[in-house]
Amino acid sequence: MLWLQDVSITFNENTPDEKRALQAINLELPKGEFVTVIGSNGAGKSTLMNVISGSLEPDVGSIVVNDREVASLPEYKRSHFIGRVFQDPMAGTAPSMTIEENLAMAYARNKKRKLKPGVTKNRRQMFKEYLATLNLGLENRLKAKVGLLSGGERQALSLLMATFTEPDILLLDEHTAALDPSRAELIINITRDVVDKSGLTTLMVTHNMQQALDLGDRLFMMDKGEIILDVEQEEKQKLTIENLMQEFQKKRGSDFESDRAILG
Amino acid sequence: MLISLFGAIESGMIYAIMALGVYLSFRILDFPDLTVDGSFVTGAAVAAVSIVNGVPPAVASVLAAVAGFMAGCLTGILHTKGKINALLAGIIMMTALYSINLRIMGQPTLSMLNETTLFQQLESLWATTGIDTFFNGALTAMGADQTPSTWVIIAIMILVTLSIKLLTDYYLKTEIGLALRATGNNKKMIRSLSANTDFLIISGIGISNAFVAFSGGLIAQHGGFADVNMGIGMIIIGLASVIIGESIFGVKTIARATLAVIGGAIIYRIFVTMALRADFLETGDMKLITATLVVIALIAPKMVQARNEKKRRMKKKTELLQQKASEV
Ligand SMILES: Nc1ncnc2c1ncn2[C@@H]1O[C@H](COP(=O)(O)OP(=O)(O)OP(=O)(O)O)[C@@H](O)[C@H]1O
Ligand SMILES: [Mg+2]
Repeated sequence: MLWLQDVSITFNENTPDEKRALQAINLELPKGEFVTVIGSNGAGKSTLMNVISGSLEPDVGSIVVNDREVASLPEYKRSHFIGRVFQDPMAGTAPSMTIEENLAMAYARNKKRKLKPGVTKNRRQMFKEYLATLNLGLENRLKAKVGLLSGGERQALSLLMATFTEPDILLLDEHTAALDPSRAELIINITRDVVDKSGLTTLMVTHNMQQALDLGDRLFMMDKGEIILDVEQEEKQKLTIENLMQEFQKKRGSDFESDRAILG
Repeated sequence: MLISLFGAIESGMIYAIMALGVYLSFRILDFPDLTVDGSFVTGAAVAAVSIVNGVPPAVASVLAAVAGFMAGCLTGILHTKGKINALLAGIIMMTALYSINLRIMGQPTLSMLNETTLFQQLESLWATTGIDTFFNGALTAMGADQTPSTWVIIAIMILVTLSIKLLTDYYLKTEIGLALRATGNNKKMIRSLSANTDFLIISGIGISNAFVAFSGGLIAQHGGFADVNMGIGMIIIGLASVIIGESIFGVKTIARATLAVIGGAIIYRIFVTMALRADFLETGDMKLITATLVVIALIAPKMVQARNEKKRRMKKKTELLQQKASEV
């Protein structure tokens, strides 16, 4: 379960560049809920992800994961139970290390790292089985350096690394944005499968409104640091892109489309 | 000639430990750590002072490593907690260590000529085995007119340096070691996988300087003295060893890379020894020789590659021309 209360963050306060990136965000995600997040550039979506993961500290507000206040916990401690995939395929893996070594690091995420070998025979077998679920043939390239993989392959690997220890929260920040349409679709399918199978509590940022409507149980629309629309289950199923844009106009009195929100 | 070559391999094996330390900071952690110039002397100073004060040489050598570890950790703390640029943190520590090293020794040079060092201890043990007579006999039989006075240093250094290499290889494959390597490769990623990068940098730079200081302690015992200036340019020597080794032996795996570093350290020593035998070069030219070596080791592989690439293109071009000509 994820619970945010009055989470606010302002960059460059009291300067001409002042930016209220998050304004008193309140949200509650029950365990297993899959939420898609849309919003125009600069709406605060990535900032929200960063605040939850701990790579940014909010000015005020509390962040609770499974009844535990985590707002003051440094990022590396939070990542015991928060998994992440970044937009940049280069960001989520170590390029000069092998596939199996990368997986071994992800495997150690929710354990205390020790002075024993990271890749063992048993683990290698397990990694193979996990990799096989991606259907990319990566299970035969365990000893290949990750830097040699294509962006799509790296992103699939990142997704696997973020999820296979079944974190309490999964954060996906435009994790298909850097990929071509067919690869993006592949990654989205993998995402759907993993999230379904493990019942992960997930926040997924996307610029593709159709994707946001098709996937998940709930949808947030963000603008100017606020969640301006929160649609749940049945209501979300009836929603169309047309509705979304009207909704935005109604709330903000401006044209959503001109904010270049549709990129997918 | 044979004797000086022998000496070069001997000290090369000792300097190789320092080079492994430099490999850890520069290559694994991607942290250009200049603490080395200071911590090498710290190791020498601690070992010398301890031995002069009656500490068993083996213990003194370990103390040297511990002192280096602490110095390295301080550099790591300056960088991670103090948010000081890596190069600057190293320079600050190097400068501070100069004074600290003087304090440790109490004087600029400390001689151990009247003390028994680790190598002398082992030498007397070794002498009873008769191995020297055997090897030297073999050498003489092969036509050598001079023979080394003892083989013990080479034997023990092969044992020590290889053990350190194997331990390093093992460490870099453990769960903590993988996280350490990822820290040098992609901090953002390994932080999102619950590794404390600050801790890893601090301990990694600590271990690196422990190696450097341990090597300094052994060099002091090998030469019979510690001098406050003996670390000047050490970082470049370390880098030279790493780069020469890598370009000659390759870096395909960790085990290969660490072996390359050791090889590089020995080859560097051999180069320097040869260079110093040339009449027109003096001891003072050593730093210049080192700098030149590093430049060559950095540039040569790229030039060779560029030439091969050019050859390949030329070949393609002539092939194409021939093909066209035959079609006409
Ligand atoms: N570290 C920072 N320092 C200053 N301003 C920042 C910082 N991070 C984000 N901002 C600003 O906060 C606002 C929200 O940024 P954020 O990255 O969260 O937007 P986003 O919704 O993810 O946009 P996009 O769709 O373009 O990724 C932007 O105006 C951005 O310029
Ligand atoms: Mg963003």
